[in-house]
Amino acid sequence: MTGVVWLLRRFVASVAIIFAVVTLVFILIHVAPGDPCVGSEEGGTQDPVMCPLLTRQFGLDQPLHVRYGRYLLQLLHGNLGYSFSLHRPVSGALAETIPFTLQLAGVALLIDFLLGLGLGIYQALRVNRLPDVVLSNVTLFVYSLPTFWLALVLLLLFAEKVKLFPLGGPSDPILCPVIDSAYCLADRIWHLVLPAFTLGLVGAAGTARFQRAAMLEVAQQDFVRTARAKGLSERGVVLQHQLRNALLSFITRFGLTLPFLLTGAVLIETIFAWPGMGRLAVNAILTRDHALVTATALIASTLVVSGNLLADILIGIADPRVRVPADGGPETSLVPA
Amino acid sequence: MLRVRDLKTYFVTEHGRGTARAVDEVSFDLYPGETLGIVGESGCGKTVTSLSILRLVPEPPGHILPGSLIEFEGRNLLALPAPELRAVRGNQIAMIFQEPMTSLNPVFTVGDQIGEAAIIHQHLSRKAARARAIEMLKLVGIADPEERVDDYPHQLSGGMRQRVMIAMALVCHPKVLIADEPTTALDVTIQAQILELLDRLQQELGMAVLLITHDLGLVAGHADRVVVMYAGRVVETAETTELFDRPTHPYTEGLLAAVPRIDAPLARLHAIPGQVPAATAWPAGCRFHPRCPYAWDKCIAQEPPLLETGVTGHAARCWLVTEPERRQAKR
Ligand SMILES: Nc1ncnc2c1ncn2[C@@H]1O[C@H](COP(=O)(O)OP(=O)(O)OP(=O)(O)O)[C@@H](O)[C@H]1O
Ligand SMILES: [Mg+2]
Repeated sequence: MTGVVWLLRRFVASVAIIFAVVTLVFILIHVAPGDPCVGSEEGGTQDPVMCPLLTRQFGLDQPLHVRYGRYLLQLLHGNLGYSFSLHRPVSGALAETIPFTLQLAGVALLIDFLLGLGLGIYQALRVNRLPDVVLSNVTLFVYSLPTFWLALVLLLLFAEKVKLFPLGGPSDPILCPVIDSAYCLADRIWHLVLPAFTLGLVGAAGTARFQRAAMLEVAQQDFVRTARAKGLSERGVVLQHQLRNALLSFITRFGLTLPFLLTGAVLIETIFAWPGMGRLAVNAILTRDHALVTATALIASTLVVSGNLLADILIGIADPRVRVPADGGPETSLVPA
Repeated sequence: MLRVRDLKTYFVTEHGRGTARAVDEVSFDLYPGETLGIVGESGCGKTVTSLSILRLVPEPPGHILPGSLIEFEGRNLLALPAPELRAVRGNQIAMIFQEPMTSLNPVFTVGDQIGEAAIIHQHLSRKAARARAIEMLKLVGIADPEERVDDYPHQLSGGMRQRVMIAMALVCHPKVLIADEPTTALDVTIQAQILELLDRLQQELGMAVLLITHDLGLVAGHADRVVVMYAGRVVETAETTELFDRPTHPYTEGLLAAVPRIDAPLARLHAIPGQVPAATAWPAGCRFHPRCPYAWDKCIAQEPPLLETGVTGHAARCWLVTEPERRQAKR
């Protein structure tokens, strides 16, 4: 199987998965008790005059399969529908919030990977010595903390007791409603620190534990002994022979990390009043905003599926056993040139 | 050149099953340019012995006990500081491992892995190391070395991988080559090719070879002297022809009888009854006595030392050396 065929098949499978997720979410949100008119117990647009009008206008009186068919048709035209609770098209609301989520998740991912990988590799170099033992306990502790709890504690410590960081929000609402200056960029970063750090820290603890374990697993392999027998220093053995192999498992993990990052972002955005997609999704669920819920599920599943696809492509590039066929033929690239 | 004295490598096993005395007071010498065979059944401590020489035994669970000596060119390798030990590894003493399939790193090209030792020890540039790797591949008889140098291990057959291992070990022209069952994982025709290759390279490079194997037949054609190991001990040592002509230890006899011979096609293939005991529980007295056809009470009561047989360089750890008349009284 050549790389291009493989890529095509993976792509089709990815689209199918996204389609399945959207369908499932569509059905679930529609059969869930409450509707945008009556609202759920927690909220909704309870307007006795507008309700019947809206119901007719959006076809909420139609049976489920008809609504599903209409939804898919709209989706094919790139139309994500209309949000009842925000009184605006879903696409507009998403376009506003997605950048915020990407900023938060992106920085968190960076902290997660840089800190986690660094710690894991450092521990592998010092395995079973004091720094490693201490760090193992610390990462286990942090990893088992609930994200929201850590968020609240950090808020209390660094925004309430010591007023080092803001309590929430994406930026100073008066001076920097939009980022148009270096000052405002700094302001955004300043606002980003606590939420991104909270999210990244828990992830980093998990990554560090994973990376340490992966490095030690490789350490058992015969080829590590071969490297040592050549006269390589411990550092060389760990950083070249062990790390290169352990990074392969790390890439695989990367694809699996994304869903946790997104669910984590939902919590963090709510706590830190971060106007991202997660908070949007939570509000959409509470108000039974069908179109908005389905759209956020669509975006989230697309992100997760592409993360996995990206991880597989990266493995194909990084692992010679995948990239180069065993029969000694020419190298084929997974990614079309 | 290489002197091993009273080498003891023990493993502390998990779950409190006691200490595995994998290598227990092993002594032997390796002289310049010669091939010394180390022979013994699976589990008798051959690999642990060879790993101990370069201090490659995984620690924990293993450790080399104080009192052991591994002397190479006048220095005790066991007491050498890490940087000096590394300057010996792969440079003066190199090793070929038992498992060619797993002993190569799957994510590096064979060229990178061969050149690595030359970069470390001889400070070659990457380009020069690559040229050296190609040269080495040619030396070990791999066709199209210019192309193979960029192959990854999974693209090579078992025999080719073992050739790569040999190329890797010889890249710095070591004075001592430790070959731990270099052909066990390979089929017979490839085996013969690899051994011929080792013989040829030994002559060209003038190195001493420690040839470790469980196959006495292999030793016959390739080793000058033989050390027979059983249950972590050296049980017999002699020049190869002497050992084959006058095996003294009953274990050696058994091993010899198990070698199929062309000159005696009708002889029944003879195997030693029983199995090697666990390294955590060697039998008291002579460790071979439960499997020995001649054993008598003295063998159970007291372990014999290595006893000189009278022929220079021939010694056996057996009471039969002092009481040869017992040989008639087969159990
Ligand atoms: N990592 C280890 N942990 C615990 N015990 C070990 C370890 N490695 C070796 N041993 C012990 O050392 C003994 C000798 O093992 P060794 O590998 O030296 O045998 P061998 O003679 O090379 O056998 P083979 O022909 O199968 O390679 C084994 O029986 C085992 O009990
Ligand atoms: Mg072995």
